[in-house]
Amino acid sequence: MSSLALHRLERSISLWLGVVPFFVFAFVFLILPTLHVVIGAFTRPDGGPTLANLSGLLSGPILSALWASLRISLWTAFLGTVAGLLVAGAVTRGGLPPALRDAVMTFSGVASNFAGVPLAFAFIATLGRLGLVTVLARDWLGINIYATGFNLTSFSGLTMAYLYFQIPLMVLIIAPALDGLRGEWREAAESLGASGAQYWRMVALPVLWPSLLGAFALLFANAFGAVATAMALTGSSLSILPIILFAQIRGDVLQDPHLGYAIAFAMIVLTGGANLIYIWLRVRAERWQK
Amino acid sequence: MNLKRIGSWAIFSFAVLYFLLPLVGTIEFSLRARRGVYSFDAYRSVLEDSQFQQTLAYSVILSIATVILGVLIVAPTAFWVRLKMPRLRPVVEFITLLPLVIPPIIIVFGYIRLFNTSSILPLTGSARGTDFLLAAGYATLALPYMYRAIDTGLRAIDVRTLTEAAQSLGAGWVTVLARVILPNIAVAILSGAFLTFAIVIGEYVIAALLNRPAFGPYMVWMGSNRAYEPAALAVIAFSMTWASMGVIQFLARRTRFTKV
Repeated sequence: MSSLALHRLERSISLWLGVVPFFVFAFVFLILPTLHVVIGAFTRPDGGPTLANLSGLLSGPILSALWASLRISLWTAFLGTVAGLLVAGAVTRGGLPPALRDAVMTFSGVASNFAGVPLAFAFIATLGRLGLVTVLARDWLGINIYATGFNLTSFSGLTMAYLYFQIPLMVLIIAPALDGLRGEWREAAESLGASGAQYWRMVALPVLWPSLLGAFALLFANAFGAVATAMALTGSSLSILPIILFAQIRGDVLQDPHLGYAIAFAMIVLTGGANLIYIWLRVRAERWQK
Repeated sequence: MNLKRIGSWAIFSFAVLYFLLPLVGTIEFSLRARRGVYSFDAYRSVLEDSQFQQTLAYSVILSIATVILGVLIVAPTAFWVRLKMPRLRPVVEFITLLPLVIPPIIIVFGYIRLFNTSSILPLTGSARGTDFLLAAGYATLALPYMYRAIDTGLRAIDVRTLTEAAQSLGAGWVTVLARVILPNIAVAILSGAFLTFAIVIGEYVIAALLNRPAFGPYMVWMGSNRAYEPAALAVIAFSMTWASMGVIQFLARRTRFTKV
């Protein structure tokens, strides 16, 4: 090898050396573990390839857990999208004092990270059987909220708790998109004789819909992957997919390790797919925000 | 006041009610431990609990280790990508976004199967090894935030000029990074560090599945065994999150003035 070629090789090695720790770390602690789970979903206990694990997902208890997870994720994503849009709309274009907007954005930044055990405790202390709101509703208004079918450790309670981080996340995502709606568009629409409703239907919503749909996808993924809140709130009595996976990892409750891989694979496909939709739609939405 | 503003105020008031009530409810509940009067009994019993002290100390130490690990992994790469290999940027950015896409429970599932006692890297075989694995998991969770923070910090300074100036004075790569670049992006690193802390301190799933005595599993244990202490714990955890976020806001505001 000529000395020039050697020198070049040395240079390119030292060039790559700076990024090696990052790539090695990401490979060993992020990509390899995920791949291991994905491959496990397609292998038999003896190592051969199979699709049987995936069809195991369609068995009774797992299918109903998947269904429960989908329901809670879609429902809180929908409510979070609508409520977050209303709140963001109120503080960005509703004529409220600008200081409120800053306060809401700061709070949203914090509250979107509140998912977890303390959030569950907060809702038990508020809407549990002895919680502040439960007691006040009973003593002041004479309403027993538990008689209305509400139960904190079931679907309705989980929805209430999840919205506590879903709505702020929506506010964070959608506020910049609402800022991107230019005043000129409204003026142009009005000068052409459009009513307020027509402006929203024919100008604002077509511009906003990629952001809205993308936000919905992100909120769905966010709810689907949440485990700690649900476990601390319901004490793992509620069968949603991540809780089943948690129990399976801890003690092989399904008595089939490869079924665990299949559940994990389903979660990756659903949250990963939703995230990809979000990223794709955000790229589309940003065209309007320049 | 027109209809639109009335509507806005109505929405805003509803939001305030929904978001404040759980906080007020938690504080009120945490003070109810003594029958008939408000007291700090729940806090006293939590703070005096040796389990509380040990698990919180464990999680604090672990979050510090996570921050150090995260900075060691991210800072050189972000610096190098900016200076020498801009072509790699999309790849690096994509990888740093992956932890937001893959749920943590999947990653820890992979760890448990991949690093078990019969594997070539039996990290879960010893307590120290599992601690390292937990820190690695947390560093992975923090990757998106750490990378964003550090990359933003690097964008605000003139990396090339600083590097060349240091090199012309005879500094090697390690010196350039440790004594020139890092001090200049200290504020960015700190805000990444506090965000990491806020995520890691009460994390439950990874710590519980790796079976380590962290603060998250302790909170869940208290949740199923005590009445008023969990509310006190929630108040303490929320305060820590708020404090970290407050520091980040403060740092962000400072850089706005010091930035060129």
